[in-house]
Amino acid sequence: MSLRVNPVKDRTVGDTPGSRQGGDRAQYGVCVFLALLGTAVIVDALGIPHITSGTDPVGPRAVPLILGALLLVLVVFYAVDVARGGRGEPEAGEDVDLSQGSDWRTVLLLVGVFLANALLIERLGWVISGGLLFWGAAFALGNRHYIRNLLIAATLSLTTFYAFAIGLGVNLPAGVLQGIL
Amino acid sequence: MDNLNNLMQGFVDVMDPMNLLLALIGVLVGTAVGVLPGIGPAMTVALLLPITYGMEPVQAFIMFAGIFYGGMYGGSTTSILLNTPGESSSVVTAIEGNKMAKAGRAAQALATAAIGSFVAGTIGTLLLVLVTPFVVDLAVSLGAPDYFALMLLAFIAVTSVLGSSRIRGFVSLLLGLTIGLVGIDSVSGQQRLTLGIPQLADGIDVVVVAVGIFAVGEALWVAAHLRRRPAEVIPVGRPWMGRSDWKRSWMPWLRGTAYGFPFGALPAGGAEIPTFLSYATEKRLTKHPEEFGKGAIEGVAGPEAANNASAAGTLVPMLAIGLPTNATAAVMLAAFQSYGIQPGPLLFEREASLVWVLIASLFIGNLLLLLLNLPLAPAWAKLLQIPRPYLYAGILFFASMGAYAVGAQPLDLFLLLTLGLLGFAMRRFGLPVLPLIVGVILGPRAELQGRRSLQLSGGELSGLLGGPVSYTVYTAVALVLVWPLIRRFVLSPLRARNAAA
Repeated sequence: MSLRVNPVKDRTVGDTPGSRQGGDRAQYGVCVFLALLGTAVIVDALGIPHITSGTDPVGPRAVPLILGALLLVLVVFYAVDVARGGRGEPEAGEDVDLSQGSDWRTVLLLVGVFLANALLIERLGWVISGGLLFWGAAFALGNRHYIRNLLIAATLSLTTFYAFAIGLGVNLPAGVLQGIL
Repeated sequence: MDNLNNLMQGFVDVMDPMNLLLALIGVLVGTAVGVLPGIGPAMTVALLLPITYGMEPVQAFIMFAGIFYGGMYGGSTTSILLNTPGESSSVVTAIEGNKMAKAGRAAQALATAAIGSFVAGTIGTLLLVLVTPFVVDLAVSLGAPDYFALMLLAFIAVTSVLGSSRIRGFVSLLLGLTIGLVGIDSVSGQQRLTLGIPQLADGIDVVVVAVGIFAVGEALWVAAHLRRRPAEVIPVGRPWMGRSDWKRSWMPWLRGTAYGFPFGALPAGGAEIPTFLSYATEKRLTKHPEEFGKGAIEGVAGPEAANNASAAGTLVPMLAIGLPTNATAAVMLAAFQSYGIQPGPLLFEREASLVWVLIASLFIGNLLLLLLNLPLAPAWAKLLQIPRPYLYAGILFFASMGAYAVGAQPLDLFLLLTLGLLGFAMRRFGLPVLPLIVGVILGPRAELQGRRSLQLSGGELSGLLGGPVSYTVYTAVALVLVWPLIRRFVLSPLRARNAAA
C-alpha cells in the first residue's frame, strides 16, 4: 500500500494537480493548515473566560475546544491517508483543463483586481470600482478587446447600480459619483 | 382541509399581477444564470439572493421560488448540451442526455427533461403540501436533544454518504463548523474567533460564505485551468417529443418522482442516490436496452424527474425542521435567516401566510418554467457560448456586488476573497464543498440545541439522549458510520464466498 508514496523529485510547489503518478504531497500542506487552524481554535477558546451558570452549564469554551481537538485528530487521519497514497480528485468542469499546470498569473491578477475593488468601492463607488473589477477580470482572463470591454463594464455597473441600488434598494455605494448618478 | 384553504389563499396572494411578474422574472433570471456553464442551482440561488434584499419577504419568496426551479432547469440544459453537470445531482442526466444531443436528439432530451421536471416538481410540491403538516406535528414534539441528534445526523450524512473520501468530507465539515463559530456566542455573549475585529462579532454571513465558496472559488479555480479551446455546444431547435418519446417517458417520470421525493425528504437524503437508482431502474425495465449508453430517452426522463422531485422533497425537512440536506436548501435557509425568519415547526404558525405563498409560488414557478422554457430553449443554448472571460468576470462582478450588499461593508469583500481562495484550495484538493456550507449553517444551531439539552440535565451528558426520536437518529448515525466496515468485512467476504461457490 505504501508503495505509492514515492515522492516525485522534480515537482515544484504548486505543481499540476492533474499529474496522476505519485502521492499528492501538497496535501501535507493542507494537514499543516488544519493543524494550525485547530491549534488557533483551541488557543482562542482558552482565552475565553470560562463562564457557566445554571442556565448554561456548558459555557462558551466547550464547543471550540472539542472542535479544535477534532481538527487535530483529523489531521492525523488525513496525513495517514496521504501517506498511503490517498488523494482528492481535483474538481473537473466543462471549462477546466486539468492536463496543464495551474495558471498562477491569471489567479494572481484576478486576486489583485478583486482586492482593488474591495479597497476602492467606498471611495470611488460601485459604478467605477465594479466596472474596473469586470474590465480587469476580463483582462486577466485573457480578453484583449479593451474598448469593447470598457463599454460592457460601464453598462453592467451602471445597469446594476440603477436596477439594484436605486430600483430595489440594495446597498451599493455611489462614492465620488454621489449626486451625479 | 385546512392546509388546502391555506394553499388556496397562497395562490390568491401570488395571483396579483405584480407578484406574477416577480415570479416570471425569477424563473427567467434563474434559468438564465443556471444555464451558464459552471453555475449549479445552489450558486444560482446564492448569486441571485441579493436581488431580493430590498423586497418584502413575501415578494422575495415568490421570486425565490422561480429562481429555485429556474436554476434547476438551467442546470439540466447545461448537462444535456455541454455534458457538464453543474451539480452532482445532474450527473446522471448528463450521461444519456448528452449522448442523445450528440445523436441529434437534443430537442427531445430537453423536452423530456423540461416536461419531466414539471411533472415531478408538481407532484413533489403536492406531496410537500401533504407531508409537511405531519412532519411539523412530529417536529413540534421534538425537544432539544432530538434536534441535536438530527443535526448530527445531517453532518454525518453529508460527509459520509456523498463523495468518495470520508476524511475529506470531515475536513470540509470541520472547516464549516469553525467558520460558523466566528462571532459572539449567543448564550454567554463571549466573542469567539473574532480576532478583535468588531465587524466579525455578528459572525460571517452565510451568504458571503456560500458566494465565496461556490462562486469566487469556482471562478478562481476555472481561471487557473481555463480551457483555451471553448467546449462544443450542440445546436438545438425548439424542444419537442414524438409519440414514441411520450410513451417511453411518462413511466420513467413517475418512477423517478417516486424515488426522488422520499430521498429528498429524508434528513440524510439528497439527489444523488435517487437519480442513480432511477437510472438503474430504467436501464433494467427499458424495452430498448441497446440504446442505453448511446442516448436512451428513459435515462434522461427518469433521473431528471428524480432530481426535481428530490429538490421538492428537501423542502420538507428544510421548512418543517430547519434542516437543509443539499446545497440549494442550505442557501435557501440562509435566505430565510436573512429575513429574520427561522424555519422549523413554528414557522407554520408564525409565518403561515408566507409559507403558503412560497409553496403556491413553487407551483406557479414550475408552470411558468414549462411555458417559458420550451420556446426559449434555443436562446438558452446561445448563452452557453458566452466568451469565458466575460462569464467568469461577470461571476466575480455579481459575487462582489452580492457580498457587499449583505452588510454594506468592504470587510465582507475581503472575507469573500479569503473564502474564495479556500474554495479554490478545496477544489484543488478534492474536498467536497457541501459539508462546509451545512456546517456553517447548522453548526451554531447544533451547539445551541446541544447546550440547551445539557441545561435540562444540569450538564450531565445523558441529557443528549432525549427520547425515542434521538435513539432512532443515533442508531442511524451509527449505521452510516459503520456501514463501510460492514461492507468491507461482512458483505464483501460473503459475496466472494458466493462467487467462489
